[in-house]
Amino acid sequence: MSSAPQTLFEKVWRRHEVAAETSDTPAVLYIDLHLIHEVTSPQAFTVLRERGLGVRRPQLTFATMDHSTPTRTEQVFGGAPIAIEAAARQVRELEVNCAAFGVELLGLRHARRGIVHIIGPELGLTQPGKTVVCGDSHTSTHGALGALAFGIGTTEVGHVLATQCLLQRKPRTLAINVSGRLAAGVTAKDLILAIIGRIGVSGGTGHVIEYRGETIAALGMDERMTVCNMSIEAGARAGMIAPDETTYAYLAGRPRAPQGEAWDQALAEWRRLPTDAGARFDQEIAIDASALEPMVTYGTNPGMVIPISASIPQRPGDAVFAKSLAYMGFEPGRRVAEQPVNVVFVGSCTNGRLSDLRDAASLLRGRKVAPGVQMLVVPGSQEVKREAEAEGLHRIFLDAGAQWRESGCSMCLGMNGDLVPKGQYAVSTSNRNFEGRQGIGARTLLASPLTAAASAVRGRVTDPRELM
Amino acid sequence: MSPFKILRSRTAVLPARDVDTDQIIPARFLTTTTRSGLGVHLFADWRYDGDGAPNADFVLNRPEAKGCAILVAGNNFGCGSSREHAPWALTDYGFRAVVSTQIADIFRSNSLKNGLLPVIADPVSHAWLMEHPGADVTIDLETTTLTLPTGQTVRFLLEPFARYCLMNGVDQLGFLLAREQQIGEYERRTAAVGGGAIRG
Repeated sequence: MSSAPQTLFEKVWRRHEVAAETSDTPAVLYIDLHLIHEVTSPQAFTVLRERGLGVRRPQLTFATMDHSTPTRTEQVFGGAPIAIEAAARQVRELEVNCAAFGVELLGLRHARRGIVHIIGPELGLTQPGKTVVCGDSHTSTHGALGALAFGIGTTEVGHVLATQCLLQRKPRTLAINVSGRLAAGVTAKDLILAIIGRIGVSGGTGHVIEYRGETIAALGMDERMTVCNMSIEAGARAGMIAPDETTYAYLAGRPRAPQGEAWDQALAEWRRLPTDAGARFDQEIAIDASALEPMVTYGTNPGMVIPISASIPQRPGDAVFAKSLAYMGFEPGRRVAEQPVNVVFVGSCTNGRLSDLRDAASLLRGRKVAPGVQMLVVPGSQEVKREAEAEGLHRIFLDAGAQWRESGCSMCLGMNGDLVPKGQYAVSTSNRNFEGRQGIGARTLLASPLTAAASAVRGRVTDPRELM
Repeated sequence: MSPFKILRSRTAVLPARDVDTDQIIPARFLTTTTRSGLGVHLFADWRYDGDGAPNADFVLNRPEAKGCAILVAGNNFGCGSSREHAPWALTDYGFRAVVSTQIADIFRSNSLKNGLLPVIADPVSHAWLMEHPGADVTIDLETTTLTLPTGQTVRFLLEPFARYCLMNGVDQLGFLLAREQQIGEYERRTAAVGGGAIRG
């Protein structure tokens, strides 16, 4: 047995090496959980058919549909057709592929369907120490449970379907040590936006991040998932958080989590996963969470972010920066706060969990969405929707004048037709403010559910602490 | 996949950094269920105006960009989404190599599986290339070098296995399938299928 102290990442990596990497060849890494969805899987199944291959371990692959699916109740449940023909075809193709290859699918009208990164943890499929992959970059979300989880392309989806393995070079490690308490009104979303602002959108390239420290340990599971979700926006391969009592309490009793004796065995294994004292990371940085404010983006990538009280920086002579601000209709030196908004979106794999909806509802209770503002609240899963309705959150949203939809990726990327009109400003709890991400010419301001709700009420970008 | 040994081409230069895969191929084109035909949508929102007419200002719409197989762009090319539609669109359009100072992990991995060579150039050569659109450049995988029209030849780094696969047209799925025995042994050793059961 090796006695050298290891990081969480190294432990999970080593346990999944079918073959270790050499100077000539990458490692063959075993995958415990493969999640697939309608958009990035069709071409992978085509390759299996062309080569006469089956799915090696169908019980380790799990399918759902979320990206191109409608969120209007009548289109999901009422028999109204999916408006976009190509999206309808993708949904049908996933159904056919899963049936043909023996893969379990939570289809469009299934009670436990949802965004793939919401339902993995919610069902207890995602567990500490597992390797988890999906043809979607926000697979990093699952690292919040102490899994090694990363996004892959469609060719690699085919590799996992056929062999349950991937060829991977071992990434480097980056520890982000977070200390201090988040102030009231400052959330996990603000923390991760601040981290991306600090290290930049390529600061994590080639690395797996481990988020550590007292601030991270104090976060609930929903919040940890928000943090790990946006690791990819810093360019990181994955983000991880050591499993602890919060993780185990979250997983206990979930439908696909181990039960009974198997649970006790799993728990004993999981407790050995956290990074050993004295283990070395390739890089480390420290963040003081107590100094953070609510954050809001001003440009066209998530690294272009400022505290809500701050002004857009000046970058004279930087033509790319100027082009980004021109797209947003902003000038250097002005504030984003007080900017009138047209659309508010609460949802996505970043902020579509129950605690996010509770945050948004807390500021909408007894208030109205400002005239002229369209607000969409899209739960991350049908289970989140049911839980929110059991608490009466949907009433708060509907009474305020917001729309309450069925689950899906929705306006985060607008594949299903939930779009921000050209030139309009959207405060969005999603993860990407790229040009055109939410619609051609749409101007996205990324923020927390609290900031989104406060901005919906005021009709302007608003510091949520003004309404608390 | 056809073997890649030497590529000689003029460059098209995209004066942007952090070019994300939503720019390379916007999400509304991801409803396809095949790999082909995405080249026409490459950089759609930069390349066409609201009516679908070509934007005369955009680099790929300039006459001199026609036939260029090497795309040079600013730092951190291909960030964002894991969509393999991005390299599919670039190769369908006719690009065989992308040159930057940093290339996002998932995009780089996807590119290598589609015969699109990601080249991480040193900052000096990269800056020169950014300033000289249309430069006649030779990329040699045998020597992993980039030769500029000035005659200067510089090395670039490429993971050895990726280079081997590109040069020999090796399909990585075939490589993995040939590891069947090792994979089976791993499964028996770790009881991955039984012990990791997710059926609950």
